[in-house]
Amino acid sequence: MFSSNSRSIVRYSILRRLKSTLVVAEHNNEALNPVTQNAITAAKKIGGDVTVLVAGTKCGPASEAVAKVQGVSKVLVAESDAFNGFTAESLTPLVLAVQNQFKFTHILAGATAFGKNVLPRVAAKLDVSPISEIIDVKSEDTFVRTIYAGNAVLTFKSKDPVKVITIRGTNFEAAPTNGSAKIEQAPAGDYKTDLTQFVSQELTKSDRPELASAKVIISGGRGLKSGENFKLLYDLADKFGAAVGASRAAVDAGYVPNDLQIGQTGKIVAPELYIAVGISGAIQHLAGMKDSKTIVAINKDPEAPIFQIADYGLVADLFKAIPELTEKL
Amino acid sequence: MARVLVGVKRVIDYAVKIRVKPDKTGVVTEGVKHSMNPFDEIAVEEAVKMKEKKLASEIVAVSVGPTQSQEVIRTALAMGADRGIHVEVSGKDYDLLQPIHVSKIIAKLAQDEKADLVIVGKQAIDDDSNQTAQMTAALLDWPQGTFCSKVEKDGDSLMVTREIDGGLETIKCKTPAVLSADLRLNTPRYATLPNIMKAKKKPIKKVAPKDLGVDTSARIEILSVEDPPVREAGAIVPDVDTLIAKLKENGHVK
Repeated sequence: MFSSNSRSIVRYSILRRLKSTLVVAEHNNEALNPVTQNAITAAKKIGGDVTVLVAGTKCGPASEAVAKVQGVSKVLVAESDAFNGFTAESLTPLVLAVQNQFKFTHILAGATAFGKNVLPRVAAKLDVSPISEIIDVKSEDTFVRTIYAGNAVLTFKSKDPVKVITIRGTNFEAAPTNGSAKIEQAPAGDYKTDLTQFVSQELTKSDRPELASAKVIISGGRGLKSGENFKLLYDLADKFGAAVGASRAAVDAGYVPNDLQIGQTGKIVAPELYIAVGISGAIQHLAGMKDSKTIVAINKDPEAPIFQIADYGLVADLFKAIPELTEKL
Repeated sequence: MARVLVGVKRVIDYAVKIRVKPDKTGVVTEGVKHSMNPFDEIAVEEAVKMKEKKLASEIVAVSVGPTQSQEVIRTALAMGADRGIHVEVSGKDYDLLQPIHVSKIIAKLAQDEKADLVIVGKQAIDDDSNQTAQMTAALLDWPQGTFCSKVEKDGDSLMVTREIDGGLETIKCKTPAVLSADLRLNTPRYATLPNIMKAKKKPIKKVAPKDLGVDTSARIEILSVEDPPVREAGAIVPDVDTLIAKLKENGHVK
């Protein structure tokens, strides 16, 4: 009894001492993606040292930016042509080499298209069950995430020795930037892969803020009736300095590109103000925006489910209400 | 000509408003309408299209789960898959089954069946994990084309257009490969009655994870499943002026 007890105390203290997290930074060779700062906050909540890995064809700007983030003790840099396009096939052996050398207890990234693509591949190679899109950290092995399109909240304990986790950016504050971590080279290796090859990218150009970090989002649905009518929302968005989003119906109808889609299968957002225009409020859409601080719904159907979660609802024809709103602001 | 393995999962139908069990151990699944995970329908459709274009020779639909999982395999067969494999996992084991277990099963089957391509949905709408394709690819050491919105054959490779956060990107994957289907890859067909009847005659092989040498012991312990916080009921405002006044009150408008 006594011996098994003391043994578990010893084991516990070893774990505590060795607790350390690797955050895989996301960037585009020019700038750090802010979700990395949210991931660093989640890492600090787990406890222990935080190391950030910056890999890409050009790592200078991102590694300098991340070295200034508070709570980061070390930045590892891996600059190579092998990481062109940030493919999971080239990044996974790098993360494994880093893990092999430093034996982290946790590996984190933002739950973005990048993080979701890379981390499960890493987890499978480590033979651990990855943990997707957590919204809270209860302890070093206990996490909270949503299931069923945000309609249930799951709290669970991971039994795996290494926790490979993606975090939902909107649930963790961005870590402030007043630190000064040292920058080192990541373990060298041949990370080139012939399995896959990056060909090209076609990014939606916009002067508006990024959906993921915008304070105000104005979103349109099927009720807009056409792509041209989205101009009404862009005009209103200009008054707020807001980002413009869309429901799946608006994307499927071709009104706007799919990277504007908010919902279970699109982006998850939680701005200060979310204005839903001509959106009925299907479960899948609500999954992406119901943590917004204030929700406004403008819809001509008083029965639309969106009104059940809206703080302020206006039952009106959007083609009259939106121009009026834009004019009066 | 390639053999394609398609993963299909039986989930609570997307239109059902789920209920959390009072004892907080999970969600109510008994007596609730289930159907094929919507992303998996897209995966099956893509495989069937490849067969129609003579890029694929045979489609094998795989589902891991309780006996009822055979229903979604039948649906895949009615859409055009040639045969099914049901990997039976039920009860408590199924409650704690994670994508890592499913990936190991699919990876082993892909090798046993000599598949050239594995297609799954990008995520299941119940656990919302978005992991199976990535892990299956890792276990096989194959390239992964995740969140696909377009797949084209290019010699021995596949040109894959992926949905990423800022727009779209194109990558070239060597085959064999693992793909995960995003919403805009295609519009799945409805199974016609004659095809549903024909599907009843197509074979479904039943195996257990241990036949495949896959250990399904639990990787997680569920502590609780709860309802999300409820938003307080809001107010309907009569006109645009009142709306602006409310936004001012809350500091959203100066």
